[in-house]
Formats: sequence, structure tokens, C-alpha cells
Amino acid sequence: MLAFLVSGVVVLLTTGSIGDTLKTYRAIFRGAGLNWFFAVGSHSIGLPFSDARVWFPWNTDDITSQAASNLEQTLLLWTALVLTGLAVAFAFRCGLFNIGGNGQYLSGAIAAVLISTELPKVVNLPGLLLIIVSILGAMLAGAALAGIAGLLKGTVGAHEVITTIMLNWIVVWVGSYLFNVGGPLQTSGGAGAVPSSSDVPDKAHLHTFWGDPLLQGLHIGFFISIAALVVYSLVLNRTTLGYEVRAVGHNPEAARYGGINVPRNYFLAMAIAGLFAGLAGSLDILGWQYRVDITTIQGTNIGFIGIAVALLGRNTAVGVGLSALLFAALQTGTASRNLDPTIFAPGVGGSLAVIIQGLVVLFVGADVLILVMLGWLRRGRSRKAPA
Amino acid sequence: MAIPWGSRGLGFAAIAIGVCAALVALPPVGTRSPALPIAIGLLAIALGLAFWLVRGERRIGGYAIAAGIVGLLIGYFATRSSTTKLDTVVVWGTLFAAMLRYATPLAFAALGGLFSERSGVVNIGLEGMMLMGAFFAVWGSDVTGSWVLGVLIALAAGALTGLLHAVFSISLRSDQIVGGTAINFLALGITSYLFFKLYGSQGSPSELSTIPDVHLSFLGHGFIGDVFGKLNLMIWVAIALVFVTWIVVFKTPIGLRIRACGEHPRAADTVGIDVYAVRYGAVILSGILAGAGGAFLSIGFGNSFTENMTAGRGFIALAALIFGGWRPFGTAAACLLFGFSSALGVNLQAYSTSISTLFTALPYLLTLVAVAGVIGRTIPPAADGIPYKKQ
Repeated sequence: MLAFLVSGVVVLLTTGSIGDTLKTYRAIFRGAGLNWFFAVGSHSIGLPFSDARVWFPWNTDDITSQAASNLEQTLLLWTALVLTGLAVAFAFRCGLFNIGGNGQYLSGAIAAVLISTELPKVVNLPGLLLIIVSILGAMLAGAALAGIAGLLKGTVGAHEVITTIMLNWIVVWVGSYLFNVGGPLQTSGGAGAVPSSSDVPDKAHLHTFWGDPLLQGLHIGFFISIAALVVYSLVLNRTTLGYEVRAVGHNPEAARYGGINVPRNYFLAMAIAGLFAGLAGSLDILGWQYRVDITTIQGTNIGFIGIAVALLGRNTAVGVGLSALLFAALQTGTASRNLDPTIFAPGVGGSLAVIIQGLVVLFVGADVLILVMLGWLRRGRSRKAPA
Repeated sequence: MAIPWGSRGLGFAAIAIGVCAALVALPPVGTRSPALPIAIGLLAIALGLAFWLVRGERRIGGYAIAAGIVGLLIGYFATRSSTTKLDTVVVWGTLFAAMLRYATPLAFAALGGLFSERSGVVNIGLEGMMLMGAFFAVWGSDVTGSWVLGVLIALAAGALTGLLHAVFSISLRSDQIVGGTAINFLALGITSYLFFKLYGSQGSPSELSTIPDVHLSFLGHGFIGDVFGKLNLMIWVAIALVFVTWIVVFKTPIGLRIRACGEHPRAADTVGIDVYAVRYGAVILSGILAGAGGAFLSIGFGNSFTENMTAGRGFIALAALIFGGWRPFGTAAACLLFGFSSALGVNLQAYSTSISTLFTALPYLLTLVAVAGVIGRTIPPAADGIPYKKQ
């Protein structure tokens, strides 16, 4: 909240009136498609696996209006952000700071592309099986990358922040090598196009249940993300593994004294975090991008937003779900194509989203701030009292 | 202090021999027989291994083995490649000048990080501090019309960013890594926001006052002249800074205090050092230096600002700091190594763009190997990253 207030002040300073500031937030709200929920009416929705339709307060047949398509994009981003957020959160619960979400996401994306395009050349799998194999491969790729950091932390004590940052950049540049012009895996596309991989075959696409698949409609990976939230919560709170991970996160020395294998848990926590991030990469590839291009490889910051998501969500499943929604809305709402250009010059909005993310991370990281502010209040009062 | 020839001379000689393995196959020697670099490389590996086993010094022995392997590979491939291409890629004068150019922003930021981490505050916000410096150097230079003021404004912007990090990580005792991440987000957002707001779609102003080059024409046109004849002023400042940093950190009372706060703040506090003040000073200084690195990037190296123009250099600087073992000369050497690999990477485009892209990943891989402890272990200051609470 504080972050929103502060960023409001930033906008206020640069635009010069309160009305404009409010207008900005409304524009972001609209850009995120959240006004779709206000159009409550009597509509119907098709039940899955049947032709039956039941009453539903919102119009789901509307797939082309601005609000609906914006909301589809927000939820699409939510799908990935939940997972990269969980990737950070799970490691956090083990006392590890996983900055490698980007690299793990990308290695998942690259693995998904490779498997879904290359495997059909070897064996002819049915679509569903190909999807499952691709997703599992992507998850393993993410886990392997994160596992390196976990292993180094557990064995030689190398700080995971340093190793994950290095791994991020290694993936970025190896990925750029693979898919850039002249790279071994770049398809000979048309001139002027962004260099990219081959396209994922149609049968490996995830089903788009709302919106146009070619215009970033919402795919069934959305439900996989919801399931991931549940799995996260169950693993952490209801299994031995989760207990050990939390114990190590709470106090590694005490955990070791209590007979818990700390290095093993460091490795597992990172590997599981990598599973989530790799899954995010594969869902984006099979769900709506259908290829991996050089802009994504060099420009994505989804792993970094995942840090903000996890911090704001306090590393709980519900928290991550909600804060992912906030950040997805913020990100989509400030994307230049969704924002009213009369209110915001293109390019400015996205920067504002980054500022807000920074402020959130800054303030969430400072628990003491609240104590200090309370202290100021108290001191202010006690100073007044004797007078 | 004994002259190193007695105790560690063999190890350094082995490293030098490893480098020679590559040199014999490159111009101006340019031998065409693959046997020579292979033989020399193997000699270096053998010496390094012997050094490692006999003396038990893993670090230098490991470096010698690495130098031997790398020298052998480079030498071998160089003999396989055509001479004309070799001559375009390996022009030592320009290569070394480019190395210094690429290493300079890294050196500023890494030495800044050195002060901060030596005082016990992890600074992964270097990237953001550089970015602030880069933007405000352009803005300052544009508004005032003078590069001197531009650089000063960049330093001030870096100092402010450092102050922000200091307030949160020292006074508010929030997680220093989380704080640094926030700094990176904020700097990216603020610089892009202001850039679009102030300059819109036209990009950077065209007539910028930039940091001048220092022309030393008396050096002539030999190798020395090619390398040092026309370097940017900031490069000389960076070179001086390495020595100054070494003197300040290891030879002055201030340096002793900084290191005490980074190793054992409680003990430092007990003998009357104000830990908070030292840490504040060190973190703000790191912001100033990183800001200078950013300023070099935007109005020294080039003459414009682009969104997110640091592109991970702050993280490479951090890597150089770790690679150099939190020591000024080690850090400078690591910056030079990374700078050289960048310069070579650009030149390698003569062979193929994709190979040169792949080459960009090398510094990160080297750092990963270094922190993994394969080549000796890197040991950070004992209290690095731990907030200190006064009692």
C-alpha cells in the first residue's frame, strides 16, 4: 500500500494534479481488464466436457471486447507469475534467495521448445503425451539449473545469490547463441523477423478455453498454476520434506542438530523451486508463445517480478496467488498497448510498474520500518506530553 | 616479505607458460604447427599439477592448470584457422585498449562494491547504482552543458542511491540482498520513467558534452602507443583508483576500521568505532563509485543513454569482486580478464556472430567455477551481509 502511495506521489510530482494521479490508476485498472468484472449481468457459461450451459454473472462469450482481452492477458501473466513467485517462495522457506527464476524459466522454455519440436521427428506421440513429456522435460531443466546452485550451496557453501545470478546470464547467452542469427537452432525465418526457434507443432499447443489462441487467449495452464498453488501449500505444510525445508529455513544449525541433512534440503529446495519456474516457462511456450525468440531470452524479467510476488505474498500459497494477480494486473495495465495514450505517453507506464515493484520489494523487506515509525509516533507524543 | 620467486615463483611461471601456449600460435609469432602449443600447454599443466601436489597451494596451481588448458586450446585452434582472420581478430594494441575500455565501468563498480562489502554490507544494487549514474550523467551533461557537472551529478545520484541502500540495510536492518534487489528495480524504473518523460521518443540529446580522451601522442604508434595513446580520462582515473583503494583499505586507519566492521562489527564497536557511520560511509562511497562507472558508460564510452543500458554490468562487477577475492588488485585483474573477454568476443565476430555470443557467457561461467571452489575457495568478509544491531 505504501508503495502505491509513494508511486502516486511520483506521478503527482510529474503530472502536477491529484486528478491526474487518480486517472492514472484508473487507466491502469482498465488496462488490466479488471473493469470486466463490473459488467455484471445475466449470462451463461458452458460446463466443461458437456454442451450444458449454466447461469454465470459475467459474459464469457465476449472474447473480443477490450476489457475481456485485457483480462485474458492479465490472467495469462498471472499463470506464469504464480509459478515464478512460488519458485522464489519455496527457496525462501528454506532460507535461500532464488534470484535465478529468470534462468530457470528460460531453460524451461527452451527445453519445452526443443522437446515439442524435436521429439515428433523421432517418435510420433499423440498430442497429450507430447505435451506431458515437454512439460516434464521443462520442469527437469529448470530443476537441474537451480539444483546446481543448491548443490554448490550445500557442498562448498557458495552463496546461492551469486550462483543463480551467474546461471541466469549463462542461460541468457547460451540461449542467445542457440537461437540468434546463425545459431544452431535458429529457424531460417523471413528477413527482419526476430530470430527465434522453430514453432511448436499445433498438437502440442495447450487448449485455449477463453479468447483467441492467436491473440493471447487464456489457456488451460491457468488451472495448472492453481493446482501448483495447492501442491505448494500441501508439500510445505503436510509432508516431511516440507517440514525439513522449513526447519532448515528457520535455523540451519538447529536443523542439523536435530538430525536433518541440511545440504540435501538446500539441493531439494532449489530443485523444487526450479521445477516451478521451469513449469512456468513451458506453459508460456505451449500456451501462447509457441516459440522462443531472442527478445524473450534477453528481455524477460518474469523471474525478478517473481521475487516481488513472493515477498509481497509472504511466501504463502494464498499470498502468492493474490500478489501475482496484483503484479499481473499492474504489468498488463501499464503495457503501452493497453494504456490510454492521452493519459500516459507510451513507455512511461511500464517504468512506473517497475518503480512500484521496486518500492514493494524495498518496503516489504524492511519489517523494522514499521517499528521505527511507531517509535517516531511514540517519541513525538511523549515529547508533547510534558509540555 | 620474500620475493615470490622462491615460494610461489614456480606457480606463476607455470601460469605464464600456459599463456605462452596460446601466444606462440598467435601473431606476431604465429607458428603454424599445432605440436608447439600443445607441448607448451601440457608443460604448463604438468607444472601446475606438480605445484599443486607438492606445495599444496591449490589456488595458484589450479590457475596454472587452467591457463595451460585454455592456452593449449586457443593455440591449437589458432593454428587451424586462417592467418588473415587471425590478423583481423588479434591486433594486440586495439585489443588491449578495448580491454581497458570494457574493464573501466566494471572496475569502478567493483571497487565500490569492495568498500561496501569490506564494511559488511552486501551490495547487489551495484547494477542499479550504475544505471542511475549513467542516466544522470547524460541528464546533467545535457542540462548544464558541461561533462564535469554531468559527472558530478552522476556521482550525487549514485551517492543518493547508496544512501537509500544504507538506510534500509543498516538503520532498518532489512535483508541486504532484498534491499539491493529493490534498488535495482527502482533504478531501472526511475531512469526509464525519467528518460521517457524528459526525452520522450527522440532518445538522448544529440549534442552532449562527453568526457574527453587523453591524447598522449609522444607514445608514438607502437604497441604502447596503441594501447595508452588515446584513452578516456575516466580510464586513467580507474587505474589510479585501484591503487588508491589498495592504499586506503590496507594501509590507512580508515581502511582498518572498514575491514574491522566487515569482519567483526561487535569487536569494532567495543574499541569505539562507530559501525553505523563506517558502514554508511562505505555504502555511499560504493554508490558514488558505481555512479562514476555508469557515467563512464553513458558519456565516456559512448554519448547516449538507453533504457537499461548497464545490461548486467553491475552483476559482472560483483562477479569480478568475488573472483578477485575482495582485494583491489585481484578485483582489478578480474575486471581486466572480463574486459579482455568482452573485447575478444567483439573481435571474434570475424569468425561468426554466434560464437562471439557464446563467448559472452564466459565471464559468468568463470565466476561460477571460482565460487564453486574448484580453483581455491573464495572467502568473503566474515560479517558480510549480516545487519549489525547496536547494544
